[in-house]
Amino acid sequence: MTFTTHTGNRGLVIEEQLIFEQGQPGRTGVDLPEPTGTKSRLGGLDRESDVGLPGLSEPQVVRHFTRLSQKNYGIDAGFFPLGSCTMKHNPRLNEKVARLPGLADLHPMQPESTVQGALELIDQCAHWLLVLTGMPAVAMSPAAGAQGELCGMMAIRAALDARGENRRRVLVPESAHGTNPATAAACGFTVDSIPATEDGRVDLAAFEAKLGDDVAGIMLTNPNTCGLFERDVRKIADLVHEAGGYFYCDGANFNAIVGRVRPADLGIDAMHINLHKTFSTPHGGGGPGSGPVVFSDALAPFAPIPYVVKKGDGFHLVETADEDDGMKPFGRLKGFHGQMGMFIRALSYMKSHGADGLRQASGDAVLNANYLLARLKDKLSVAFPGYCMHEALFDDSFLKDTGVSTLDLAKAIIDEGFHPMTMYFPLVVHGALLIEPTETETKESIDQFCDAILALVAKAESGDAEFFKNAPYLTPRRRLDETAAARKPVLRWKPETA
Amino acid sequence: MTKKFSQEHEWIEFEDGVATVGITDYAQQSLGDIVYVELPEVGKKLTKDGDAAVVESVKAASDVYAPLDGEIVEINEELDANPALVNEAPESEGWFFKMSLADESQLDELMDEAAYKDFVEGL
Repeated sequence: MTFTTHTGNRGLVIEEQLIFEQGQPGRTGVDLPEPTGTKSRLGGLDRESDVGLPGLSEPQVVRHFTRLSQKNYGIDAGFFPLGSCTMKHNPRLNEKVARLPGLADLHPMQPESTVQGALELIDQCAHWLLVLTGMPAVAMSPAAGAQGELCGMMAIRAALDARGENRRRVLVPESAHGTNPATAAACGFTVDSIPATEDGRVDLAAFEAKLGDDVAGIMLTNPNTCGLFERDVRKIADLVHEAGGYFYCDGANFNAIVGRVRPADLGIDAMHINLHKTFSTPHGGGGPGSGPVVFSDALAPFAPIPYVVKKGDGFHLVETADEDDGMKPFGRLKGFHGQMGMFIRALSYMKSHGADGLRQASGDAVLNANYLLARLKDKLSVAFPGYCMHEALFDDSFLKDTGVSTLDLAKAIIDEGFHPMTMYFPLVVHGALLIEPTETETKESIDQFCDAILALVAKAESGDAEFFKNAPYLTPRRRLDETAAARKPVLRWKPETA
Repeated sequence: MTKKFSQEHEWIEFEDGVATVGITDYAQQSLGDIVYVELPEVGKKLTKDGDAAVVESVKAASDVYAPLDGEIVEINEELDANPALVNEAPESEGWFFKMSLADESQLDELMDEAAYKDFVEGL
């Protein structure tokens, strides 16, 4: 049954206007008497025109933002298999701990003697990261994975400068996160791309051929963005070290190996850790996120300030470069000490899981991805043979001759009540579909998702391309015109002129 | 006039000492709707396989590599206002830039139309 309603609302899904469209003069205000006896001291500069802010009463504002929040889809609403993003559950215990007044009410400018517990917490969180990675040093302050990359590459740059060497070429595999080449370029390096092999790993021969005395290092993601473990990683580390370069590892996918593989054992010199991916903090951290960087002995002296050290019975925050002999920090990346709220949540996750729990989480993440891979591999086309790590990657050859694209399929998945997978990334795979269920999901939710995908693929094969071209059908807005949005973006609401 | 193709899906038309370069029909189809093209400045020196331009579609941003050594002599300023030209007429009005060549013999290393057709079919 299809009909349109008088209001434009669809059941209890409200057709929400912009807050500016709802605003009316005279709706806002507090019940205070008009001030009397005041005199403007603006010297005739008083504003005469309207400020242009919408006027709404409190219940209108509450409804507006509540309705907007109901249109959002997040991990608290359902299955969110966005590959490479690790949309995992944020345990509520983390939130409870972060709201303890002794932590929530701290100010970063309090005297050190009054925040000993907070410093100890940062130190403990750092300790867990060091033990889990096997590395000797960690910078806690970077505000996100991408800033962590910047931190790692700036340390490499500082180490090269200290050696008096002008190495400026950084090797980056084709399957790298887009931020890797961007980071290298931002640090003044040139990027040299390494091709992938047929089975989705770094082409070792091509890598070896590119080594030379102008190579600053390699930026490698492991497991890589094809969801595969780089089996030659040890060899790659040895080769880059022999050539005088450093090994930066993008630790975005550490969630697949935590508790099982120690990055130090792989010969890594620097690696960032996205606390939201591996240690269950909220994406974006409700402010800046957090991307601590672990360092090898070779790079540790160049780690940025500030960092926490144990001093006598207490803890001390090293905030200046000349405070600690032998250290040559490249500078400071961020105000204050990093994202305290994320350290609390990450440590809460670590301590509530324990080492065995973390090990099980990475195992479950890989198991879930392989279960999904096994359920879909006969009907979809697997990009690379064999088992995957924490995410399963398909190309679009299974859609060949159906007239349906990866994008069309993803839109139809929305109608089934799932957030779509990552599409068209990594670029090395044609029409890529990258699916990461994470350890959060039950077998039942993965089965429901797989059943829906298989039914859609059968529908595509039956020749009903038209159905897919018009999907989604059940969303507040139908298929968006991405091209028009990019070519003719409307970025600002303007009142209709009467 | 000679028309050649690179493995990076660029076409090169060489006439009177100047090479006109754009991306192939196959490239624009793979990229999808193109929303932005960043072109080099006139006078920029290019090295074969080095970065020359950037093309951004609704799916991805990709580098366009210089198919030959040389120098930019003209760019297609139409693309700034109307990047859709690359989708509509990739191998004519949607050209990217014109360049003078440092070494015309490099043209021989590129594919002709038949070889490029075979190359694309093999992908």
